[in-house]
Amino acid sequence: MNVIRYAILVGGGILMLTPFFWLVSSSFKTPATIYVFPPQWIPDPFRWQNYVEVFDAVPVLRASWNTVYITMFASIGVIMSSAMAAYGFARLRFRGRDLTFSLLLSTVMLPYVVTMIPIFIMFSRLGWVDSFKPLIVPHWFGGPITIFMLRQFFRTIPLELESAARIDGASRPRIFLQVIIPLARPALVVTSILALVFNWNGFLEPLIYLRKTKLYTLALLVNSLREFESGLDWTHYMMVVSTIMVVPVLILYFLAQRAFIEGIVLTGLKG
Amino acid sequence: MASISTTPAAQPRLKIWQRLSFEETVFGWLFILPAVLGLILFQLGPVLVSMGLSFTEYDIINRPTWNGLENYTRLFQDALWIKSIQVTLKYVVIYVPAALIFAYLVALLMSGRIRGISAWRTMWYLPSIVPSVAAAAVWRWGLHPEFGPINFPLKVLGLPAPRWLADPDWIVPSIVFISLWSLGNSVLIFLASITGVPRSFYEAAEVDGAGIWRQFTTITLPLTSSIIFFQLIITVINSFQVFTSAFILFGSNAAGSVAGPGNAALFYMLYMYRNAFGYFRNGYASAMAWLLFLTVAILTFILFKTQNRWVYYEAGDDNE
Repeated sequence: MNVIRYAILVGGGILMLTPFFWLVSSSFKTPATIYVFPPQWIPDPFRWQNYVEVFDAVPVLRASWNTVYITMFASIGVIMSSAMAAYGFARLRFRGRDLTFSLLLSTVMLPYVVTMIPIFIMFSRLGWVDSFKPLIVPHWFGGPITIFMLRQFFRTIPLELESAARIDGASRPRIFLQVIIPLARPALVVTSILALVFNWNGFLEPLIYLRKTKLYTLALLVNSLREFESGLDWTHYMMVVSTIMVVPVLILYFLAQRAFIEGIVLTGLKG
Repeated sequence: MASISTTPAAQPRLKIWQRLSFEETVFGWLFILPAVLGLILFQLGPVLVSMGLSFTEYDIINRPTWNGLENYTRLFQDALWIKSIQVTLKYVVIYVPAALIFAYLVALLMSGRIRGISAWRTMWYLPSIVPSVAAAAVWRWGLHPEFGPINFPLKVLGLPAPRWLADPDWIVPSIVFISLWSLGNSVLIFLASITGVPRSFYEAAEVDGAGIWRQFTTITLPLTSSIIFFQLIITVINSFQVFTSAFILFGSNAAGSVAGPGNAALFYMLYMYRNAFGYFRNGYASAMAWLLFLTVAILTFILFKTQNRWVYYEAGDDNE
């Protein structure tokens, strides 16, 4: 019984990993050696030059910077605003608090589809299309899942620590910044990682808001490479840019494996 | 999800209104102010605006003009809209059960005493953090009917190989296949809930002589049913909104473009996107959005109604 179990886990696990291998291996191929039968496992010729030439062919550097920029500012925003809200929901008592919180959490189930068009209209009225603002600014108004996760964590912080600071005459903002935030580091790491990956991987919103090539994110660059440009097949470059996009996420995973898994479990349990 | 609504009850101390201080109320609202603004500006407001727009014709450049129910009546005569519903429903019907069963089975295999758990977990989880754009790029080649590595062993063995992304009948299954690759989140969530079942329950069952299957159906399944339920809801909601993989594989902004052979990849979101951002029919697209929203809301509501029959909540489970 256990043998079968290990066999499935290992066999399945290897199958799950093979597409990573395909991705990296095709990024070293030429268009001619990507579409051949039988499929080449080890590229021949092995074109490491792809990783140099792609920078001349498409604005990879620019797209990487744009992606980093959007990811950073959107994630900082969502963590800061959500931490504030989470503190309010977790620790301060006021009328309407729980109703507001339930309302906020229920929007997790609201499909993005319904809000997409009005938000687009609003931002295009503001002249924000073809800028990073639509991809960053909304995140500064909190994210329901992040608020929920942080609130759960804040509630585990002993009340005594807060009352002690109160007696010393600390104001609420001060308690938040100097007592709660330092104690909440593990939860802030977990939620930050989820926010980083979410923003890094985003596609639909950049697709809607960023039309100029110089504003492209890596995801949009991959999308633009699938078209045959001037009769050339750029599948190999598509693989190169995809690899460039995947690698930072993998590095983040291996650096913070436990936080990753904790975060996923938290979003799913006790939702 | 069900437990969210019970959150207020979990805090009886709130009911003592006299004890609420003015200072706390002011700071409370100040702290949640950004989130409340976000709720109004980016959630509740747009939902209402979207409903209003669905009764208009609006290309953003000119003012919206009221056209009553015309968008809705036109939708029901729109062959492409009907096609997009068929495609999406086909996906939902295949994907939802496949994803839940598959993820649960993998989680079951990983639970219990097992060596090297973190390695297996990583192997199964990693695909789900791959950007869906990159995933679609890989699978575009992986599922290539002539040269793809998936069909390679089938061809070598002389077995009939599906034409995957090139065959209208196989397009939706192909997208299901791609989505199943990034199932890691659900696996981890199921795994945590299965390992969260107290060991003593199984020990007691063993004393009573219950076999593995009986232990599974009377202990594991009921005690994880609330998580299964939550995952079911989330999976249903998300599966109606497939976009990225279908767009990377078949999408185009060009007017009159076709999403895959015979529009077999014309997912609801793809068609809505085309209407809003290709044809600038924002009223029409809003009507589409609202019908999708209603469908998902009704489905979720029905699922919540059925939960008493099969979802088991521990007494005293108060979301803490």
